[in-house]
Amino acid sequence: MHKVDHNKNIIEVENVSFGYDRKENVLEDITLAIHKGDYIGLVGPNGAGKTTLLKAMLNLVTPQKGKVKLFGTDIANFEEWQRIGYIPQKAVHFDANFPASVWEVVMMGRSANKKFFQRTKGADRVAVEEALRKVGMWENKDRLIGDLSGGQQQRVFIARALVNDPEVIFLDEPTTGVDRHTQDSFYALLKKLNQDLGITLVLVSHDIERLTQEVMHIACVDKTLTCHVSPEEYLAESQSLHVRGEDVKIITHHHHT
Amino acid sequence: MLANIFQYSFIVRGLEAGIIVAIIAPLIGIFLVLKRYSLIADTLSHVSLAGIAIGLLLGINPVLTALAAAVVASLGIERLRTSKKVYGESALALFLSGSLALAVVILSLAHGFNANLFGYLFGSIVTVTDSDVWTILTLALLVILTLGIFYKALVYVTFDEEAAKVSGVPVRLVNTVLIILAALTVALAIPIVGVLLIAALIVIPVVTALQLKKSFLVSIVYAEIFSILSVVAGILVSFYGNLATGGTIVLIMLAIFTGVFIFGKK
Repeated sequence: MHKVDHNKNIIEVENVSFGYDRKENVLEDITLAIHKGDYIGLVGPNGAGKTTLLKAMLNLVTPQKGKVKLFGTDIANFEEWQRIGYIPQKAVHFDANFPASVWEVVMMGRSANKKFFQRTKGADRVAVEEALRKVGMWENKDRLIGDLSGGQQQRVFIARALVNDPEVIFLDEPTTGVDRHTQDSFYALLKKLNQDLGITLVLVSHDIERLTQEVMHIACVDKTLTCHVSPEEYLAESQSLHVRGEDVKIITHHHHT
Repeated sequence: MLANIFQYSFIVRGLEAGIIVAIIAPLIGIFLVLKRYSLIADTLSHVSLAGIAIGLLLGINPVLTALAAAVVASLGIERLRTSKKVYGESALALFLSGSLALAVVILSLAHGFNANLFGYLFGSIVTVTDSDVWTILTLALLVILTLGIFYKALVYVTFDEEAAKVSGVPVRLVNTVLIILAALTVALAIPIVGVLLIAALIVIPVVTALQLKKSFLVSIVYAEIFSILSVVAGILVSFYGNLATGGTIVLIMLAIFTGVFIFGKK
């Protein structure tokens, strides 16, 4: 396993095991650290537990064993959720008839934490405008979210995640059902967020081929953590496995969409 | 002719109470409809019927006992639903049939308030008392105030519960608040449209407004317009035509829905 050299871990997963109800474990003894400024892809076959691992990092599921820390705080006691942005897989499968304008969707992001009961203020408006400009969707602020294309909707959800100036953004299969061209501009946007704004990105995807061109690190999840390497190392390793005739299960899974 | 109507204080009380309910119902309704939870209004109205039966039996203001029953049941439903041991709709079905059974049994125990009960079943402006108007007004203000406080969080939870949770929105609290507000609204609307028709008042104006495909806030405004229009027109038409008020209101709502559905924007 590749040891990441870094100065500050913002996400620490230690010996985490998790199973839904009393069924077999989905995750087993996973240890993973993600440092500030990282851009990491969690990859693995369908049902391998990568989304569950993401949810464990967001306190959406509670591991039976092990612990998760965000910014050095145990996740059970973590309260600074405005430092975190999240784009669920569902974001691209939401109710297309939901009556919300782009502006309203991004404003939802401002209901975070202790501010949830407050009225909309000037600062909220400024934050929403800035977030929409960053993703190039300001001109569409009055359109209904359901009327936009898939790629535009994704940008709106990125804006919603950006609206609190998060330090890390979690994305679950963000490019599902989006055409190649839109994916290109989407990854270009992610690169900008990571490089220019210094936002740490944690991305779940089955499109390994594409990810190896984008991310800094790849973590392979198949119930356990089977690798944590740079894209180059990943490619070299899967190449050598391939040459030796071993079954490279993970790499055969990039055609599901 | 129209001048005559205001000579009857019961009509004025009916209009006052009706407009208050017409304002509240879609505010709750928009969240319930978008959460695919429309049927909870129906369930809570049957629970309220049991509450009314208890109130009539014990000689307490039935609006208050209906309110208590609806709030207790709404918490029970939410508890059952989040336990994940019972499907959401099944939880509703349990409460719906259970409370109807309870209401029928209590009513068979005590006789002599059948005429009153008919008013609560189908709604009648004659049964709206001054004290009802004050109760309704107080509760309505409470509902509006609470909605104002939770508005942003409610919209977020309704749109994307998971993302709202990660943003630090207390999702469980927000859902509980919504269901209690629904219980309050159902119980306070009963004297106007009756137990059997309250769900219509919560659901139909919202469903109509959603056909227009506007933003959240604009959808609420349209739902309010449809709701108030239907209630006022329903009360006036039923007065002059000597018709059942609740039924008239709902039929007007459905007529507006049909018109919007056919001629509205695609």
